[in-house]
Amino acid sequence: MALLKESVVAPAPKTKLSVEKVGMTFKRDGKSTPVLENINLEVADGEFVCLLGPSGCGKTTLLNAMAGFLSPTSGRIQVDNEAVNGPDPRRIFVFQERGVFPWLTVEGNIGFGLFKLSRAERQQRIDHYIKMVGLQGFEKAYPPELSGGMKQRLEVARALAVNPDMLFLDEPFGALDSITRLVMRGELLRIWEAERKTIIFVTHDIDEAVQLADRVVVMSARPATIQQIVNIDIPHPRDISSTRYLELRDGIFKQIGLAHKI
Amino acid sequence: MNLRVRLRPLVFIAALLVIWEIAARRQSVHLLPGPWGVVGGIADLVRHGLLLKYVVASLFRVTWGFLLAALLAIPLGLTIGWYRRAEMAFNPIVQILRPISPLAWIPIAILWFGVGDLAAIFLIFLGSFLPLLLTAMSAARSVPAVYVNAGRNFGLGPARLVYQVFYPAVVPQLIVGLRITLGVAWLVVVAAEMIAVNSGLGFLIVDARNAGNRYDLVVAGMVIIGVIGLLLDMGMRSLERVKSFRWGYSED
Repeated sequence: MALLKESVVAPAPKTKLSVEKVGMTFKRDGKSTPVLENINLEVADGEFVCLLGPSGCGKTTLLNAMAGFLSPTSGRIQVDNEAVNGPDPRRIFVFQERGVFPWLTVEGNIGFGLFKLSRAERQQRIDHYIKMVGLQGFEKAYPPELSGGMKQRLEVARALAVNPDMLFLDEPFGALDSITRLVMRGELLRIWEAERKTIIFVTHDIDEAVQLADRVVVMSARPATIQQIVNIDIPHPRDISSTRYLELRDGIFKQIGLAHKI
Repeated sequence: MNLRVRLRPLVFIAALLVIWEIAARRQSVHLLPGPWGVVGGIADLVRHGLLLKYVVASLFRVTWGFLLAALLAIPLGLTIGWYRRAEMAFNPIVQILRPISPLAWIPIAILWFGVGDLAAIFLIFLGSFLPLLLTAMSAARSVPAVYVNAGRNFGLGPARLVYQVFYPAVVPQLIVGLRITLGVAWLVVVAAEMIAVNSGLGFLIVDARNAGNRYDLVVAGMVIIGVIGLLLDMGMRSLERVKSFRWGYSED
């Protein structure tokens, strides 16, 4: 540990997450497939970063590695200058599949990670986050009785309830209809502005990335490398028909190699 | 409307009983007793205090054989299903034993335990063990990784992970397996009692025929077996309606 501290140049004080020269190779049936190659990224405390790339490019793999569910084949991932070596309640992963527990009520789900608190404290947290994500009146409902958007909000509430420093969101709104998706983006931004968690958000939707993120990390097809990091220098709330918005969005379209015409 | 829908099967059963009664009365050779005769048979059993005694005897054997099998097969199956290597090791043995009817074990059961309750319980145990083992293995295998990962993410230790994530995730499938297996156990007990013991509903059927061709008692035994089987199934089915289990049975 001491050796590490001496040999590494201390990063800027506000760095939350750092990914250094990370590579990942999957081995299956004796064949090895490179998924990630030489990924370098620093994320500041409280920053909202979108990982953007085509489906199957490896962005979810990178997110899983950041969250500690996978360990990289090479390179290093650190949070608060500590190596990530497993999932941690300070960093909650919101799953692409519906990760809420269907056998627990809304209350039970939100309280799931709060087993160390006293009963009163737990109930207080639960009430707070039920209100925050607008699930009042559904406290005793089970997830199968909720709509897709409500389930997604429930999962976000469950994550926020343990007061993590970081949230990893893996295409959280991918399964929602387009109207609910827009509403949910607004909700997420509202929550982020209130709580200032560091958020890493994986998406393949260029508009979504430009609407939400402080910075958009554009990734290539597999094996994924970082093609470009785009600063989105528009304050919230963002006007999605402003020139700057369209400029940034179209720039990313070009970067990915898509003609912006159908 | 609702009442009508509910009455429909009852009306149908009543019609069948009437047809059966008419057909039974008109038969020239005695092939089957009519429902009225069967009712008389059941009344006879009640009068002699045999109905309750035999039902209790059969249920007693099923309960023990089934419970023992569940207590052993479910933890074992969940463990095997969780560890893929264990599953690969166990699977061939399970697949060889599975097609052997529990009834094929009757001679061995009698050799080991003699004629009596233990032999019957052993047979029910055998008939329940493999289906429950297979159910538990498949339930453990199909726990979505996302639940386990979420549990780990919130900092659950191994014990909590099993108790708060793994266990609730497998329960719905286990209940289905238990319900189907209880049906199998109920089939096995009748067969086992025909050979291995001197009481119970299976014994009643064989005994009624051997001791004087009392076919009214034979059919009475069959009817009672059917009714109790139905009640057992309804009891297990009601578990599937428990709210925290119900998610496992609907598509959405």
